[in-house]
Amino acid sequence: MKLDCKHVWEHISEYIDKSVDAELRKDIELHLEHCEICSAILDSTRNILLLPADARTFELPVGYSKRLHERLKEEMEKSKLERSGDGPK
Amino acid sequence: MFVMRMIEPNEAGLIVRILAGEKELFHELIRPYERMVYLTLFAIVKNETEAEDGAQETVISAYRHLASFRGDAKFSTWLTTIAINEGRKRLRKAKGAAEDSIDEQAEGHEGDYAPAPLTDWGEIPLEALERKELREALRVAVAELPGIYRQVFVLRDLEELNIEETAQALGINPGAVKVRLHRARMMLQKRLVPFLKTTAPARRGFFGRAL
Repeated sequence: MKLDCKHVWEHISEYIDKSVDAELRKDIELHLEHCEICSAILDSTRNILLLPADARTFELPVGYSKRLHERLKEEMEKSKLERSGDGPK
Repeated sequence: MFVMRMIEPNEAGLIVRILAGEKELFHELIRPYERMVYLTLFAIVKNETEAEDGAQETVISAYRHLASFRGDAKFSTWLTTIAINEGRKRLRKAKGAAEDSIDEQAEGHEGDYAPAPLTDWGEIPLEALERKELREALRVAVAELPGIYRQVFVLRDLEELNIEETAQALGINPGAVKVRLHRARMMLQKRLVPFLKTTAPARRGFFGRAL
């Protein structure tokens, strides 16, 4: 089946995730061979999707991990005390 | 018996030992997921302090309730579900139900989710992807997505949960995950393409001359 651009756009996300069926995949690839616009959209979307996995894109607050484990440690000590019956009532 | 069948053998071993009394190992269990927990919270509450407080509560809650983790989901999905609930609780507290209802409306809305066509993309400027400005632009664009799209995008494309896991964590069906993910990606593409065009270095002709 011959696809128009709009039809291809509707499936770009699934195409990137490789979750379109074989037939549709073939039709999309056929379209991409001849359509520079859709190829560019696909490439740009794919490239944008490389960014989120880059740890520099979404940084954690400085000291986050340290504070998290300190809090966890406090919690563990508290539950230990409670179990042994020495903790605050 | 399905108990523990879906999780990493190493992780299952850790959990068994923690539940048997080696509590300190929980630090080790949680370490690979610290980032994920924070980003999940941030995707919902959009505020650093709230996200960090929420992340701490999530981890504490997971620690307290570890015995109720049955291993019929991945540990990461279970943890993400706790994080999402914590985030939603904080959001409700902070804003009433206002934002939630706006977000819910957004799904039914027949918006324009077509990507931005571009004609002079040329070769993929990998060096452009290295730019700090582009990462900043993505951060802003993600923060500005309507909540329901942002949450799916973060779970799927940042935390790399699969469609099923994302659906499970958010309590929606896989079809809705696909639709929201597609729209989120197209909105981001649209937002970032003009940015790429205006900041990409001039294309070079032969012998490195600018065209």
